[in-house]
Amino acid sequence: MLARLFLLFTLVGVSSISLADQGEWSGYVAAEWRGFTGSPLDSEQQGDTTSVSAQAEYYREWENGKQSFRFTPFIRIDGRDTQRSHFDVRELNWTTVHQDWELTVGVGKVFWGVTESQHLVDIINQTDLVESIDGEEKLGQSMLKLSLVRDWGDIDIFILPGFRERTYPSRTGRLRTSAAVAVNHAEYGSSSGRDNIDAAVRWSQSFGDWDIGVSHFSGTSREPRFRFAVDHGRTVLIPVYDTIDQTALDLQATKDDWLWKLELISRSGFGDRYTAATGGFEYTLYGVTDGGADLGLIAEYLYDSRDSLATTAFANDVFLGARLALNDEASSELLAGIIVDIDDSSRIASIEASRRLGDDWKINLEARFFSNIDKQNFLSGFSKDDFVQLELAWYF
Amino acid sequence: MMLVKPLLLVGLIYSTTIFALSPEEKGLEIATEVDKRDTGFADSKADLVMLLKNRHGEESTRYIRLRTLEVKGDGDKSMSIFDRPRDVKGTAFLSFTHKVGSDDQWLYLPALKRVKRISSRNKSGSFMGSEFAYEDISSQEVEKYKYKYIKDDACGDSTCFVIERYPVDELSGYTRQVAWVDQKEYRPYKIVYYDRKNALLKTLTYKGYQQYLGKYWRADEMFMENHQTGKTTLLSWKNYKFGNGYTNRDFDRNSLKRAR
Repeated sequence: MLARLFLLFTLVGVSSISLADQGEWSGYVAAEWRGFTGSPLDSEQQGDTTSVSAQAEYYREWENGKQSFRFTPFIRIDGRDTQRSHFDVRELNWTTVHQDWELTVGVGKVFWGVTESQHLVDIINQTDLVESIDGEEKLGQSMLKLSLVRDWGDIDIFILPGFRERTYPSRTGRLRTSAAVAVNHAEYGSSSGRDNIDAAVRWSQSFGDWDIGVSHFSGTSREPRFRFAVDHGRTVLIPVYDTIDQTALDLQATKDDWLWKLELISRSGFGDRYTAATGGFEYTLYGVTDGGADLGLIAEYLYDSRDSLATTAFANDVFLGARLALNDEASSELLAGIIVDIDDSSRIASIEASRRLGDDWKINLEARFFSNIDKQNFLSGFSKDDFVQLELAWYF
Repeated sequence: MMLVKPLLLVGLIYSTTIFALSPEEKGLEIATEVDKRDTGFADSKADLVMLLKNRHGEESTRYIRLRTLEVKGDGDKSMSIFDRPRDVKGTAFLSFTHKVGSDDQWLYLPALKRVKRISSRNKSGSFMGSEFAYEDISSQEVEKYKYKYIKDDACGDSTCFVIERYPVDELSGYTRQVAWVDQKEYRPYKIVYYDRKNALLKTLTYKGYQQYLGKYWRADEMFMENHQTGKTTLLSWKNYKFGNGYTNRDFDRNSLKRAR
């Protein structure tokens, strides 16, 4: 209900703009092919897939940028997985800026954090998991965001109505849990269920070469627990969204060629209180080739105090990665990495590469390989889902 | 008053050297005057088109908007907002230059809505795939070089001082730069860059100077030619505007996230 009120408020605010004042559209249309190297774990699961996606952004500002409106719809149509085909309003918001405060009302997207291998602290938006298993694609979240700008740092206060459930592939889709997630049967830990209004606050500040953020979130967990159930004779996973409290720290020290990073969370209400952390560094070697390429070396340790009872795959893991930026006209980039589970030696290797073609086209390559995946590992459902994905995008 | 005499003595020595500046002192004096004449502009904004050409004549363009805030007693703050290529549209770069020590830099990635603090050590790296390195486009503080006056030389219709400047930072991609500065307005006319092996690397020429607020000169075009690769980059500046009333608030992480 409140979410709808927010939208109404946004639209009323926006309708006051003079129509003569032109805004601008930008965005992309992309075609994607995803090929799997082996046959699936479950014979019902599909093979190679093609899909198309598009995202547009309408932006208009007035009063010299003191007020602005943004609308960003996104759509994907997948050739095989009906649950991967989806439409989402990533952003639909109005922002007003003043000397010591800013206010955003509507659907928005917010990122918190510093590390590369996983994003523990980032909690405002729900993960759009069908888009990518790396957890970096997010669904729009309705919000009222008030930012206070002070000498001693920035305070961001969030009121978050309209909980969004995580997206999951369908039973016939790939890159899913061993038993499919029954997305239409989600349950909630608290009596107010999905109508709970979440709240969050974050303080952030830069001290010289240190950037620090401390945050607290109180509301419905973006990450669900799972409960086994039987649906039409099939075992399924019912997502259960608990009401949690999560206190977090994100920290980066930028010391010359070294970036030292730490993300730390303490969460209660999701089973027993637990702690999880990601910490490490990125060290960059500049100008490694005559063409002036930069090579970044990344190492991070992923920790979860619940150990084998963790609800993520990364309880005691190491991430090693290399990022190569050619700094050429085509902005060619490559990120290769591997996450190794120290306890059971399960491994995920990944490659992400991209370059621009001409002025308006871009080609993206993504590949992930799962090896040595232990039957008990959280990733066991992915064990036969090694894939290579090519995407060609046209920007307008 | 034991101190008076030594001070007088120092004063005497100093005043005599005015008439016979060493090449180093004269070089510093010229650089200081260049800086002084460009002090007090408070803030500016401009649109920039970068035209990149390789030795085969293939071209690509970048559109960037630039905002600058002068900071008294320290280096300038600047915000660069990328409009094209379209795949990087909305990417923004915030930089606090410092006279001494490393600069502070943040990058905003619009797809993830992520602000990343980045290392400013990459001085010699290419800016957006162009022939301009980060150190060529960042705020040119006097303290970032040592200087030496070489000679007077004709440049265009006027006469230039020719000075050499040597980067203080060991991470610079250059051993030295030779700069032509016109003697009337103290504007850079041409800069020749020598790489770490002291081999000729690039030449930058300034064209079409316009005066703003009756005082500050800005070139309409800056042309960089890389003699080693045959690549060139032409910067065309448009819509310069001064006195925008910018404050620190227009150059913080919040404004970086909103940059358009």
